[in-house]
Amino acid sequence: MTLEAGPEVRPASLDELESEAIHTLREVAGQFERPHILFSGGKDSIVLTWLARKAFLPGSIPFPLLHIDTGHNFPEALTYRDRFAADMGARLIVRYVQDSIDQGRVTEETGPYASRNGLQTTTLLDAVGELKIDAALGGARRDEEKARAKERVFSHRDVFGQWDPKNQRPELWRLYNGLHRPGEHFRVFPLSNWTELDIWRYIVAEGIPLPSLYFAHERAVVERGGVLLAYSDLITLLPGEVPTTRRIRFRTVGDATITGAIPSDATELDDVLREVVAARTTERSGRADDRRSDAAMEDRKRQGYF
Amino acid sequence: MEERILRFATAGSVDDGKSSLIGRLLYDSKSIMEDQLRAVEDASRQRGSEGVELALLTDGLRAEREQNITIDVAYRYFSTPKRKFIIADTPGHLQYTRNMVTGASTADIAVILIDARKGVLEQSRRHAAISHLLGIQKLVVAVNKMDLMSFSQMVFERIEREFREFTDRLGAADVRFIPISALLGDNVVDRSAHTPWYEGPALLEYLEDVEIPSRAKDGFRLPVQYVIRPDQDFRGFAGRVEGGSVRVGDRVTIAASGIASRVASLHVAGAPAETAHEGQAVVLAIEDEVDASRGDLIVADLAPPIESDRIEAVVCWLGETPLQTGRRYLMLHAARRVSAVVETLLHRVDVDTLEPLPAAELGLNEIGRLALRAASPLFFDPYDGNPALGSFVLVDPGTNATVGAGMIQAPAAEGEAERRAGRTLATEGDARALGAALRRFGRPVLIVDVSRPDFAREAVAQGFDVLYAGIPADPSAFRAEGEDALERALAYLEEETV
Repeated sequence: MTLEAGPEVRPASLDELESEAIHTLREVAGQFERPHILFSGGKDSIVLTWLARKAFLPGSIPFPLLHIDTGHNFPEALTYRDRFAADMGARLIVRYVQDSIDQGRVTEETGPYASRNGLQTTTLLDAVGELKIDAALGGARRDEEKARAKERVFSHRDVFGQWDPKNQRPELWRLYNGLHRPGEHFRVFPLSNWTELDIWRYIVAEGIPLPSLYFAHERAVVERGGVLLAYSDLITLLPGEVPTTRRIRFRTVGDATITGAIPSDATELDDVLREVVAARTTERSGRADDRRSDAAMEDRKRQGYF
Repeated sequence: MEERILRFATAGSVDDGKSSLIGRLLYDSKSIMEDQLRAVEDASRQRGSEGVELALLTDGLRAEREQNITIDVAYRYFSTPKRKFIIADTPGHLQYTRNMVTGASTADIAVILIDARKGVLEQSRRHAAISHLLGIQKLVVAVNKMDLMSFSQMVFERIEREFREFTDRLGAADVRFIPISALLGDNVVDRSAHTPWYEGPALLEYLEDVEIPSRAKDGFRLPVQYVIRPDQDFRGFAGRVEGGSVRVGDRVTIAASGIASRVASLHVAGAPAETAHEGQAVVLAIEDEVDASRGDLIVADLAPPIESDRIEAVVCWLGETPLQTGRRYLMLHAARRVSAVVETLLHRVDVDTLEPLPAAELGLNEIGRLALRAASPLFFDPYDGNPALGSFVLVDPGTNATVGAGMIQAPAAEGEAERRAGRTLATEGDARALGAALRRFGRPVLIVDVSRPDFAREAVAQGFDVLYAGIPADPSAFRAEGEDALERALAYLEEETV
């Protein structure tokens, strides 16, 4: 794939995707009582929030942002989160995985591969119950992973927060059926039809500010199973592993214990875009959580994962 | 890449090579990344296959892998320097007609696969028929596995002849045939040296260059999704323009109340704008203080939609429990939610030929023509004029499940539907329909009811020179425009009403 037009040219397909996402966001505002945007601080949820801002101008975003904090954050991501929420005029709600652990709702994984990624599900579902959330907007895209390719834009969750891939509501035209019983909720994915490249093109075209993690910087990393993990107190070194300082950037920003980095010199948005165009692996290749099994994502989603 | 996104639907089962074709398109356009390919290589080895099963790239859910079938609509993405593509990939078995309908509902064109060894199968015909029913104007027929038939021109041409006969009967105008081998890549991305007798483009070439048919007609339409009120002074109606265009200062009407006013301001995707057109997400403010809310429809003054609480629609049944006449369903139409009762099941539609069949009930995956009555008037355009204003889904109010997908054909008159049930000939309704149609088109149009030729005469006397007698089974046969339209139509009516 070559990038024929320069990054400064905004393809018409972006306008189409933008319009589609705004339509979906407005459907959510029109059909639900208490929607929330699941905000991770990653670029997809940043783009989603940006679109929500545009969807309701000259008014403000009619729902809050919800961050499920694993406690394993890159500090840059938290700084960015607070400033971005304020800039977007959005209310930010945070719920902590640590609280779920303290309350005995979940048990922390142990060992060198321990991650809090799976524990988020409980904290999220507890928040859904507590805040009576009937629609949780997420930045997931169908191109990310095989199981997501069949996910609906309006994806129904039962009272246990579970997804039943074999019993999904058919979704035709742009008619979204958000009808639900008390206690049930929907996950809604306005960016379903976007690809990683679309996201980056849009970020460039709109000039959306991103956390510094997405740009090349020096960082101590350890190489594990072909993935570069940021070294911190959260990482238990395996025998033979030695942290080294390298020039890297992140393609996705999630839980600090599982988000893989790539070597990069891209310090500006245009550089990043060029790298994305040239990339030969998917952004999730750096996610240790997806590698656990071929159907790992489907299993997590059934249980109520993002 | 300046072009719009091309959305296309594919349908097929495991054997005809559909997944391989999609895998090939993704692979050859370099939309498959190395780690995805590695995962597929691993999975292929684990299953004991030689080489890489490209089909595994697209069979996502665990159940599908176990049973080796595709059971749901999956969406795939790839792009070339020329265009971005979205594939709605659907299974082809009869029990998955609903998935095929779902995939076709958002597609611009359909890619139909035929296995060169097996020739034209029921499944290929069904995909063409359903695509046609959903208003897809362009069909591409990929005759696959040509490598197993020695790239025989004779085989290809025989299949083309046979299938064209069928698509001609459907009334599908733009059908193109391409000989391919998804497995080996012939004529998929590049033209093949194995088919010197074929002079057309490779499949991807065709997909890159094909003009995307526009489906929404003129006549401004804005279904209100949400009302934006940042302060006391501003009240903006947010929605997606589903037809035509609008400019600040234009006269518009709220369809339900009939109140007319002028456009005071527009925002497109958050930015102030002077004009907005079909497909754009807008916020529209009106000069006068007008009461409108979610579900209302704002339209161009000169081209109002049809208003009727009774409609005739072609419906694909998606629910496990068969359709029940006399039962209340929720209808989701544009941004509206309204109760509706199915009054009559007029006939069933053969999903392989679109011929009408007598019907006692409508079950899962079956398609039928119904007369429905809504609790309050609907404002719509017929599906073939504007899919966004002519489509709806039915929801079971007990389970909230989406049980029906409908395409509005025409308004229906009280008692008319019952009278016509069982006849293959149906018409556009009565005087009310005539009036609505006249308003809708904003130009001389006549809609004829077979039982009332006097209406036709009266309208013609008033100077209308375009005539449209809607015969849903095959409208093209009875659509007459031009000088002798009146004579032809009246002759037809006299004949039919004797």
